[in-house]
Amino acid sequence: MSTIDFTRELPVIEGRPSLREIDDIIAKPLESKPDIKYYIALSITLTMLLIGAVALGFSFYYGTGLWGNNNPVGWGFPIVNFVFWVGIGHAGTLISAILFLLRQRWRNGIARFAEGMTIFAVITAGIFPLIHVGRPWLPLYLIPHPNQHSIWVNFTSPLLWDVFAVSTYFTVSFIFWYVGLIPDLATLRDRTKNRIKKIIYSVTSLGWRHSNRHWQHYEMVYLILAGFATPLVLSVHTIVSFDFAVSIMPGWHTTIFPPYFVAGAVFSGFAMVQNVLIFIRKIFNYEHIITIDTLERMNKIILLTGSLVGYAYAMEFFIAWYSGVQAEQFAFLNRAFGPYAWAYWIMVTCNVVFPQLFWLRRIRRYIPVMFVIAVFVNVGMWFERFVITVTSLSRDYLPASWAYYSPTLTDGAILLGSFGLFFTCLLLFTKTLPVVSIAEVKAVVEGSQPSHGDH
Amino acid sequence: MLDDKILFGYTGLFNSPNEIIRAAEKVSDAGYKKYDVNTPYPLHGMNSAMKLPPSKLGYAALIFGLSGMLAALAIMYWVAVIDYPLIIGGKPFFAFPAFVPVIFEVTVLSASIATVLTMISIFFKFPNISHPLHDTDYMKAVSSDKYGICIQADDAIFNETEVKNLLEKLNAHEIKPIYYDDNEIKHKNTVFEPRFLILLLFVALITAGATYFAMNKLLYAVPFNWMETQEKLNVQESSVFFSDGFGMRNPVDGTVSRGNLPYQFNGNPEAASTYLKNPLFPDDKNISIGKAKYDTYCSPCHGYFGEGNSRMRGQFPNPPTLHSEKVRNWKDGSIYHVIVDGQNIMSSYASQLTYQERWAVVLYIRVLQRSLNAMESDLE
Repeated sequence: MSTIDFTRELPVIEGRPSLREIDDIIAKPLESKPDIKYYIALSITLTMLLIGAVALGFSFYYGTGLWGNNNPVGWGFPIVNFVFWVGIGHAGTLISAILFLLRQRWRNGIARFAEGMTIFAVITAGIFPLIHVGRPWLPLYLIPHPNQHSIWVNFTSPLLWDVFAVSTYFTVSFIFWYVGLIPDLATLRDRTKNRIKKIIYSVTSLGWRHSNRHWQHYEMVYLILAGFATPLVLSVHTIVSFDFAVSIMPGWHTTIFPPYFVAGAVFSGFAMVQNVLIFIRKIFNYEHIITIDTLERMNKIILLTGSLVGYAYAMEFFIAWYSGVQAEQFAFLNRAFGPYAWAYWIMVTCNVVFPQLFWLRRIRRYIPVMFVIAVFVNVGMWFERFVITVTSLSRDYLPASWAYYSPTLTDGAILLGSFGLFFTCLLLFTKTLPVVSIAEVKAVVEGSQPSHGDH
Repeated sequence: MLDDKILFGYTGLFNSPNEIIRAAEKVSDAGYKKYDVNTPYPLHGMNSAMKLPPSKLGYAALIFGLSGMLAALAIMYWVAVIDYPLIIGGKPFFAFPAFVPVIFEVTVLSASIATVLTMISIFFKFPNISHPLHDTDYMKAVSSDKYGICIQADDAIFNETEVKNLLEKLNAHEIKPIYYDDNEIKHKNTVFEPRFLILLLFVALITAGATYFAMNKLLYAVPFNWMETQEKLNVQESSVFFSDGFGMRNPVDGTVSRGNLPYQFNGNPEAASTYLKNPLFPDDKNISIGKAKYDTYCSPCHGYFGEGNSRMRGQFPNPPTLHSEKVRNWKDGSIYHVIVDGQNIMSSYASQLTYQERWAVVLYIRVLQRSLNAMESDLE
């Protein structure tokens, strides 16, 4: 222990499993029948989903008056939840694209799962703007197309940019995810004995033959996609922040919003990925693939982004004071000491204070504590969006229209339902597709790459 | 029996990455062109061992990305500047900075989709699930933990024994020939089989039915009914709420709508002539309003100059002239009363003319009368 050789990379996969063992362990959840615990988990998430669906049904039938949204807080829960879930989605693309470009090989074990979480989080997020418009069956008008009114969408509006950003993000994430799945589906195709599964895997793997003439282009396309996805992932939450920053509302109209939102999104996304991975590695015995080192590295990123978010909170106050704009100064004092002070201090405690514990190596590597901290992070990040959206709107420029926003039971039920949808998708994912990339993990097992000296 | 089959190629398996790299180099050096290496994951250094030229997919990404970018810019320019120019937030029609986010997203979207589709369909010729290698033991091995090489029979210098010897010399395991699947070669096009046609028919029927249901029924069901039926009463509808069954209600007695003081002298021309005074000053503006209204509403019967020469060609009795001694001596109030209340066969014009317009018409009638009976003082 006295000297550590930093020129040698530590193995990302522990225990040198054989390639066949990797196949076996990753394909095991797909080849075995789900146990009772799986059904219990699924029934819980489906119940949550059902509660949300019923609440949505009532909302569609009776109208959005069932929600707490009213003048002056027209954005309320739907927008808070939208920003929250889009943020959750950011970890996946960051792990799969940015860490890929940075040659972080430890990402290989968690990339597939994080990408899956991205897709489900963006699906969940996408519901909220649609229901918030009140008529979710008329979304075609969000897309520019020649129509009988001969009018177009407003290309200068951040809300329209959002439509493009979120739909592009979903599509590109999905393509990235699917391209990564093709070799694994081919491996599963060659393993399975079940006829129906064989047909499904044959069709979805498109006829992949693990040919090196294909791997060559495949690696190139992966690089290109990573190159595109990297600015894309930064652009998505930037554009989401434009929804706020481009308006003139005090507390929103600041240039720090784009980087601050991106850091917050990565922060909450990593917290969510870490939370779920702790369960996955335990339940499916992936401890040697998703190692404690990997979790520690994720905790370091949580610490970094958490500190960035904390810096942004401080900088917002500084700029409000430094700008000399009275409305801006009032907005921030109102945030910290006004009627929503409780939400503000929950946010600060969860986002700024608790993650600082990750400076301690023992806490970074101690699963129960890191789990709790990451849960706090997500609570805090949800409250961050709540604080930003609600405090500014509830006390805008016109004191005569000030009002206190309180969500209704329906709002809460829809939020619960969004968690139900997300976790139901995740549970189904764990049983239908390999949650760890077989080919990528094989590529980083020790001894899997040619040693370039002896030929 | 084996001779009937068509040879696809020879395969051999290796256990370690180093062996397969060496094998690929040797096969490539021996001059083979149509061979392939199959590995469960991409191996570093294999591309140079096989002497593969760099992938050209980057060009596809560049071309499609640039096309998407220019298309987005062109469409937004056409929409915002040519087709429907609209000033939004004081920005110019061509608000380039505000177009950047959409241009960026469309660039990324089109480049990503098109590059992946290009790779799959043009570079890989996928989907193709009937390749001779599929479902062989060789494929099952290389998709898990073995590294394989396959030399194809259609290579220019392919010779069965030489290839076998080469693979043996490289210490390959399980050197095996791969044949085309007879069933797949003889497989005929099944598109026109009745079974498939029936399937197509069902798909068409279901699609059509679902579309019809969605567009004609579902879109008009509550709550997706475009607000066609609303919980309110339209004009002329009956209502069970009121005892008289009418949906429409009369205003409360004594209601006066804004700007419409009720006329107090109905059937009482004397009072009108006594109490009503023209509030308008006979200036150009008021007289020209009066002329316009007179020409529209009065002239059909009274004639353009008030002489009673109707344009109705006898379909309606001609009124007497407005230039008679009697009418000239009337007070303004009397003329106003006739306009509002009617007289003999003439009906009320109260609903056609507003309060102001009626008095303007009175002014104009005075002008007409004066024009035929000018006094000497008018010349001064």
